[in-house]
Amino acid sequence: MRLPFKIANRFLWSNKAQTALIALGIAVGVAVQIFIGSLITGLQESLINKTVGNSPHVKITSEDKYFKLDEVDLDQIKKIDDNINAVSYSLDVPALISKGDKNTSILLRGFDLERADKIYNIKNRIIDGKAFWGDKVNLGKDLAKEFDIKVGDKINIITSDGKSKEFEVAGVYDFKVSSLNKSWIILNVSSLQEFINNNNISSVEIKVDDIFSADLVAENIKNNISSNLKVTNWKQENEELLSGLKGQSISSTMIQVFVLIAVVLGIASVLAITVLQKSKQIGILKAMGIKDRQASYIFLFQGLMLGVLGGILGSALGLGLLYSFSKFAVNKDGTPVVEVSIKYGFIVFSAFTAILSAGFASLIPAVKSSKLNPIEVIKNG
Amino acid sequence: MANVIELKNINKIYGKIIKNQVLYDVNLSFKEGTFNSIIGASGSGKSTILNIMGTLDKPTSGEVYIDGKRTDLMSKNELAEVRNKKIGFIFQFHYLLPEFTALENVLMPYLIKEGKAPKDVVKRAEELLELVGLTKVKNNKATNMSGGQQQRTAIARALINNPKIILADEPTGNLDSESTEAVYEIMRDINKKMGTTFIVITHDRRIAEKADRIVEIKDGRVYMDIVR
Repeated sequence: MRLPFKIANRFLWSNKAQTALIALGIAVGVAVQIFIGSLITGLQESLINKTVGNSPHVKITSEDKYFKLDEVDLDQIKKIDDNINAVSYSLDVPALISKGDKNTSILLRGFDLERADKIYNIKNRIIDGKAFWGDKVNLGKDLAKEFDIKVGDKINIITSDGKSKEFEVAGVYDFKVSSLNKSWIILNVSSLQEFINNNNISSVEIKVDDIFSADLVAENIKNNISSNLKVTNWKQENEELLSGLKGQSISSTMIQVFVLIAVVLGIASVLAITVLQKSKQIGILKAMGIKDRQASYIFLFQGLMLGVLGGILGSALGLGLLYSFSKFAVNKDGTPVVEVSIKYGFIVFSAFTAILSAGFASLIPAVKSSKLNPIEVIKNG
Repeated sequence: MANVIELKNINKIYGKIIKNQVLYDVNLSFKEGTFNSIIGASGSGKSTILNIMGTLDKPTSGEVYIDGKRTDLMSKNELAEVRNKKIGFIFQFHYLLPEFTALENVLMPYLIKEGKAPKDVVKRAEELLELVGLTKVKNNKATNMSGGQQQRTAIARALINNPKIILADEPTGNLDSESTEAVYEIMRDINKKMGTTFIVITHDRRIAEKADRIVEIKDGRVYMDIVR
């Protein structure tokens, strides 16, 4: 094993230009793979984040508008599936808010702050004032701006059946989604229940760790709660997005597969030529008694070394590309156009794929060299 | 003295469709420690005989014995081992590995055998290079040496595993007369000092006449065999 390695090493170093060229070829392949893979993953993550980030992944609702909290056991639900991260509940009531002669429709959302915080991350999203407590409410920054409302102001809320009440604003939140920032007013579920004189809730909301198995969790929950409740998950509400993402994933996989094939073909063809170039050397080595297996290791090692070289170079190149992309392809406000997701596991995977495929590509020349008969070389000079 | 190489009824036919017989019932044997030359016109079959003795080529029929062991029935791996341990080759066109230095080239047969060369073997390789007068260029790549220097390196390389036999196919074929003389002096010297059997193909009659035995091959048959 030592000698074939040494010879392979020397063969590669004795022709630096060729070695650099093929390593660069592999590197470009690896870099493209890393770049495209990370870009698409980043794109999908940000899309999913924008779509699902602020909504619960699984929701339990009733056929009737409202149901009693007693009908479900929140702690029990949490234990149904390991994938469940948090369970919360809410009472949603459409209403109007008015100030002066201006008014707009909003959604009153009654939460248990501690529970809802685990899903909506409310406390961290308060940009002014504090999270709601007692009878006080939070509203979004867009609504606050539109109605010129500040922390400590009082707002008048009227429900559709004519009840009205003044609430004090405890804080302003920013959920990073303008439709939510415009329409949600969040408050304690108990104060909302008191306001509309209704002790029910409208939904139980669940956050899961692996959002892509939300449908399985939903199925699991359905089998464990009373049958008059409906269980929905974000996937069934976003089927179009999901099929789009799926198409994107497939096309990205296709690109990566073809890049890989190009890399393999490149290595195989260059190594096949090296066997011809080095057939004289192989012939001499065989005349001196090197065994066929050892002779084939020479090219296997060459392939693997080129793979390692190209893999390392390509990872660096790919990271550089990703870095410059997130640095220079930016929106006007300086945020990157696409939030690329750099996953080191994926980079290592890409590099190893290159090494493996380089090893695989060197099999043909390896076999070829093991079949080479020294007499051909000796005779033909 | 014992025969170190023995060829019995060797026939060699090239080609499967158009048959071209180059050797006809050749019987030849060489004694240990002798210096032999094979002469003959080009196309006479002398190189084929040498390649068959060196196990690089297989006879169509007949038996080959090297150091008492029959080789024409051996597997490729067994043959590789025989070549590595018992035979040293010197070819007309040097056949050094251009990617390696003179010293590394000399060590190559040992590396093929053992994988790694200990200090005393490296020292021995240096001594062999000294023997052929190449101490100064031992770290030169093969491409940075003259033809004569390359050929002398090849001789040193052929000796590193202490083979019983050295087969040389026109080792001075493309050297000038001065280098030719030097190369032959070295080979004869080694033959005397180490008792290595030499079988040298040449078409230089002056050189052939210095050998202990001259075998002339003509049209695939042994035409003349003079032992002096």
